[in-house]
Amino acid sequence: MSQSGILASYDYLDSTVDAVKELRDAGFDEVITYAAYPEHHLEDALGYGESPVRVWTLVGGLTGTATGFAFTAWTSMDWPLITGGKPVLSMPAYVVIAFEMTILFGALATVLGMFINSRLPNVTPPVVYDPEFSSGRYGVFVPASGTDLDRAREILRKHDPAETREGAHA
Amino acid sequence: MATLTEAQKRGALAHPDVDLHEEVNRDILKMLSAPGKGWWFLFSLAVLGVGLMFGSWGWQIYRGIGVSGLTSPVGWGAYITTFVFWVGIAHSGTLISAILFLFRAPWRQSIYRMAEAMTVFGVMTAGLFPLIHVGRVWHAYWLIPYPNARYLWPNFRSPLVWDVFAVTTYFTVSSVFFYLGMVPDMAAARDKATGFRRKLYRVIALGWRGTDRQWHHFGKAYLFLAALATPLVLSVHSVVSWDFAMSIVPGWHATVFAPYFVAGAIFSGVAMVITLAVPIRKVFGLEAYLTTKHFDAMAKLVMLTSMIVFYAYLTEFFMAWYSGEPPEKQMFWNRLFGHYWWATWIMLICNGMIPLMLWFKRVRHSIPALFAITIFINIGMWFERFVIIVTSLSHEFAPFAWGVYRPSLTEMGIVIGSFGWFSFWFLLFIRLLPPVAIAELKEVIPPRMRRTSGGHDGHDAVPATAPAGD
Repeated sequence: MSQSGILASYDYLDSTVDAVKELRDAGFDEVITYAAYPEHHLEDALGYGESPVRVWTLVGGLTGTATGFAFTAWTSMDWPLITGGKPVLSMPAYVVIAFEMTILFGALATVLGMFINSRLPNVTPPVVYDPEFSSGRYGVFVPASGTDLDRAREILRKHDPAETREGAHA
Repeated sequence: MATLTEAQKRGALAHPDVDLHEEVNRDILKMLSAPGKGWWFLFSLAVLGVGLMFGSWGWQIYRGIGVSGLTSPVGWGAYITTFVFWVGIAHSGTLISAILFLFRAPWRQSIYRMAEAMTVFGVMTAGLFPLIHVGRVWHAYWLIPYPNARYLWPNFRSPLVWDVFAVTTYFTVSSVFFYLGMVPDMAAARDKATGFRRKLYRVIALGWRGTDRQWHHFGKAYLFLAALATPLVLSVHSVVSWDFAMSIVPGWHATVFAPYFVAGAIFSGVAMVITLAVPIRKVFGLEAYLTTKHFDAMAKLVMLTSMIVFYAYLTEFFMAWYSGEPPEKQMFWNRLFGHYWWATWIMLICNGMIPLMLWFKRVRHSIPALFAITIFINIGMWFERFVIIVTSLSHEFAPFAWGVYRPSLTEMGIVIGSFGWFSFWFLLFIRLLPPVAIAELKEVIPPRMRRTSGGHDGHDAVPATAPAGD
């Protein structure tokens, strides 16, 4: 889904954070920022809560534990064969398998959760994007049109951007 | 903090000679340009190694496992030794990428991508050895539980089956972790590349743009993956050690094995990271990123794990004596003074004595010295596994069952060739993917500020140095 709006590129982190704060104060709630690395000041300025990825990790991990125990127990009972004089259902030995399955399912669910929550893979080519965002610049995109666009443009320009562009964000 | 001198300010930074985030992209992406003669030379050697390995393996498949030196009483030899060696090498990658991430160690950023690549390729190499070792490799899929007409399932009480699960999980999770960490860097490579490489990186980067939403979920996912990889890495080498410790063979049946193996794995792995990082730093001019501080930190890790490993050796000898068990005492006496005395002494000297030099700061700060010491450690750690496996099996309980094992030429070809196989992937990696984490380095390089923050304006919300991690 693409939205049209204005994108500003900044050279400085503090200008970017100031611009984001001012935009938020002015009522722009859907500001999108770009950075080359996880910048917590931007996340703080945007007011993020907990990421739902943690639920994916938990559910994935518990599914793995259950699968590990269930699978080993079921296959042992499927053809009950006594080996080494041990009980057919030797749960302590299955802990290892259940543990590995916990990690495997938990990790894969985490990655899946991250992909879904951050809308990846994203194959739509971006209309407004500055290749410098992966290098050193910070970006602020404001989805807006009409008078809102004028207001946003004014705020963005106030903080001395290196460049502003208008178009659609993918 | 009152006033900091210029030298103290530099000392607080992980990379005092890197000022701008743009420099990181320039210096690291430069490594992906056309390779020079040296790279082609090494790559040809690696290809020869791959040829040697697969040629020897092909010969073994054609003639049968009899071409190896494996026979009663020593049924596990050079293949299992090399399997444990490469799994061990792999471990430090996860240590540096996951455990040091959780500990917020400020020196891991520039080294972790290489270490992680080493993990993935190390497990890829290790994973071949059980297949080589089983002989009839076309039956290797019997290790995997799958529904079949005979209703047969693997014996989940067997540590060998645990190992299949541990190693495949480890390979999957470490590959995913490696890939996920690379996505933002692939976007950085995509934004600078042209032609074919641009297309390649565009696909690998999955449309990463570095938006706040992406970083937010990425950060959490990375944290949880690190938290999952940490117990995983400890479990994998514990499970590998239980391949031995769950049996009653003298020299194997010891409770110390799991921590002993994990420490040994980290010891050999960090040593291998140093061995690989030294030439890469030199060839690509990465002195500003891999400073003596980084090598110093790794050398301390080597020193610590070396002491743990050496302590475990001494514990084994002590317990053998203290147990009063004749086979156990016999075996350990034989280990030091028997047929394989030289292997044991190589192990003790390379892993216990030579690393003692790292107590001296001058040694830790000398790159050539570190390079030489870590090569000795790599050799010593291969022999450690050889000693554990071969001396124990060749000298079990009853004297009539004792024997001597000698690796055959085929086995040596496969073992030596495995270094070529590992190098083949590693050399491709340093040319095709950013070998140093671009995005994570920027977390420890102060961001560019319009206002110079001296601290006395009071209202400055953004500190000059962003804290690492979190």
